[in-house]
Amino acid sequence: MTAAFDEMKGHDGGVRPAYGELSRWLAEIPPDVLDYRRREAELLFRRIGITFAVYGEADAQERLIPFDVIPRIISGAEWRLLEKGLTQRVKALNLFLKDVYGAREILRAGVVPDDLVFRNPAFRPEMSGQSVPHDIYVHIAGIDVVRVDADTFYVLEDNARTPSGVSYMLENREIMIRLFPELFARHRIAPVENYPDELLATLISVAPHSAEREPTVVLLTPGVFNSAYYEHSFLADKLGVELVEGRDLIVKNEIVYMRTTQGLRRVDVIYRRIDDDFIDPLTFRPDSVLGLPGLMSAYQAGNVTLANAVGTGIADDKAVYSFMPAIVKFYLGGEPLLKNVPTWRCREPEHLAYVLDHLPELVVKEVHGSGGYGMLIGPAASKVAIEQFRAKLKSAPNNFIAQPTLALSTCPTCVDAGVAPRHVDLRPFVLSGRDRVRIVPGGLTRVALKQGSLVVNSSQGGGTKDTWVLDG
Amino acid sequence: MLSRTADNLYWLSRYVERAEYLARILDATQRLSSLPLAYVGSTNEWESAVATAGCATAFFKQYDEANEENVTDFLAFSTANSSSIRACFEMARSNARSVRTALTVEMWDAINGTWLELKRYGNGPTSREEFSRFLRWVQESSLRYDGSAYRTMLRNDAYWFSRLGVYLERADNTARILDVKYHLLLPADERVGGPLDYFQWAAILRSVSALNAYRWVYRESLKPWLVADLLILKEEMPRSLASCYEAIVRNLDQIAGSYGRQGPAQRQARGIRTRLQNSRMDGIFQRGLHEYIGEFITENNGLGGAITEQFLI
Repeated sequence: MTAAFDEMKGHDGGVRPAYGELSRWLAEIPPDVLDYRRREAELLFRRIGITFAVYGEADAQERLIPFDVIPRIISGAEWRLLEKGLTQRVKALNLFLKDVYGAREILRAGVVPDDLVFRNPAFRPEMSGQSVPHDIYVHIAGIDVVRVDADTFYVLEDNARTPSGVSYMLENREIMIRLFPELFARHRIAPVENYPDELLATLISVAPHSAEREPTVVLLTPGVFNSAYYEHSFLADKLGVELVEGRDLIVKNEIVYMRTTQGLRRVDVIYRRIDDDFIDPLTFRPDSVLGLPGLMSAYQAGNVTLANAVGTGIADDKAVYSFMPAIVKFYLGGEPLLKNVPTWRCREPEHLAYVLDHLPELVVKEVHGSGGYGMLIGPAASKVAIEQFRAKLKSAPNNFIAQPTLALSTCPTCVDAGVAPRHVDLRPFVLSGRDRVRIVPGGLTRVALKQGSLVVNSSQGGGTKDTWVLDG
Repeated sequence: MLSRTADNLYWLSRYVERAEYLARILDATQRLSSLPLAYVGSTNEWESAVATAGCATAFFKQYDEANEENVTDFLAFSTANSSSIRACFEMARSNARSVRTALTVEMWDAINGTWLELKRYGNGPTSREEFSRFLRWVQESSLRYDGSAYRTMLRNDAYWFSRLGVYLERADNTARILDVKYHLLLPADERVGGPLDYFQWAAILRSVSALNAYRWVYRESLKPWLVADLLILKEEMPRSLASCYEAIVRNLDQIAGSYGRQGPAQRQARGIRTRLQNSRMDGIFQRGLHEYIGEFITENNGLGGAITEQFLI
């Protein structure tokens, strides 16, 4: 593995232009001031963040994801490239979903093997032959992007179900503006604060054809015990829409209503943060008390829009991921602007043989896994762990894919010993409405706080940074 | 607004108000029981406290005797009693959490701070002094919540439903406190209007912070019918039934005005208010104060049901 590309100092140590001001500022600021602001940031987070949720609760400590005060900077030119690539990718995801639940041309053309779709637990047969309002399935996508050098971004994962983390993007910016106004004054940074407006515009644009002129949008949460409840209430508040639970809704004559103090009120668009499995006990898991009985009937009748649509999990499956370059080409003609990480599909014998031969240098992931669990990071694993994984892999090769260990780019980060490079990734949030695709410049940067670690997941010691996209 | 949100706000206020009421009852009872035994002989103020709180049946399922220790534990700290002060604060906090965005920061801080502080009292105080401090703290917590709601909430349906909870609960509580006297026995050799009788009425007035008000309004010694007059019919007395109903009708009118339609709850509340306005003390005492209060509590509960039916489910 070659040395990682540092986003401030590149490969050769010279400061890259986007980081000029930040680098000067880092050299000027006394370490104790930086340290003081760091502690202040944590206090602020507790106040505006956690107090909002559940401070005082025994587990509040764990919910505070570490925040790094040094921003990650992306130049305007880099962002335009990313923006184009993300737009292209999400358009392809939506076309792919419309196709696999509709005409299935891509399967008939043999571009994607059909058993990969039909035998996939994320495939929802209920959605077959079912159209969704305005043909949009993934209204909100969180596309995880990593960078390996000055010119190369890879898409690591497409999150097309209910991607989370956008509240951190918004709060990180809020805290940075409060703590480092002088640093802001030295840059022209594209705003992210309009994300809730863009999201609302997106949701309104996909209301069913039968909806009234001013469609009613709600955010459906599993409730206060869900670990992301804080984000749900935060977003509902910013969107100015009702935060509803299943029990607040009722379906009558295939129309969804919410129970209000003025009687039943029709609901047109549901931004749901409940997984497919739990959304309607009559159709999916009958033991679910979180969902709304009859929701699927209203959905199938075209009387309500679910964002994201039911069945989008088929598009963010890791085995399907490996076909994304072909999928982009199939629907949009051109070459994909954002690369895929080269991926070996262990379901294919030649690929499996290669993977088994090269385990110590590969990352092996479960096809349906997420959150960094159940994966093997070859270079970091012990011999015993590799052998154990080998057995697991041989017994169920279909469940795994493998990728080379990428040298993720690094960014300057506050650590105990001062400022040091740490590996980062980026999750921009891509909104697809009837009219257009909207992307707020930036996203959530996650950083692996442990030296050398490549795992950025918050459940495994990752933190977050504010992400600055420079204007112009 | 969502019915569940309105319901949560309404009950949040009711629970906080109820916690304060329980603290007031316990405070009054402590005062009554601190008379020298030689002076009053055998009395039953702790039993009357349980009866006043409306949970005698549940209490005697758990305890054989209504003494200070048992009643204090049951009304203040018990987890088995779903209407103890602790349970009220816990339910208030859990309601607050699920409607966090409908609350102002000050309201949330008040209720969450109370809930955090509650843990410090553990399973009960170790001394009478500490218990008195606890009771004072409960009342202060309620004042803080009430004040922050009053001073920071936007005047819209969320505010009106939260106020409805306060006044409906307060009306119920005032009625029950007035009924304490019915449950308190006067020893056989004590006469009505005698010193103990006087002391009991004074304790009741003090428990609703109305002793001074009584003197200002009537300028004469304590008379049972005047105490009842103050707590039932005087609209200028903030905890009186008349005052609560003035506020209930006003808040329901605000809701009706903003929603552009009347409903059964409005009509029912106005009916109760009219009956209060037409009541006279001699009539009430002729029929029996205890019976009058019993009927009022039933009507008040009925209105609670009508509000739930019309708005909250």
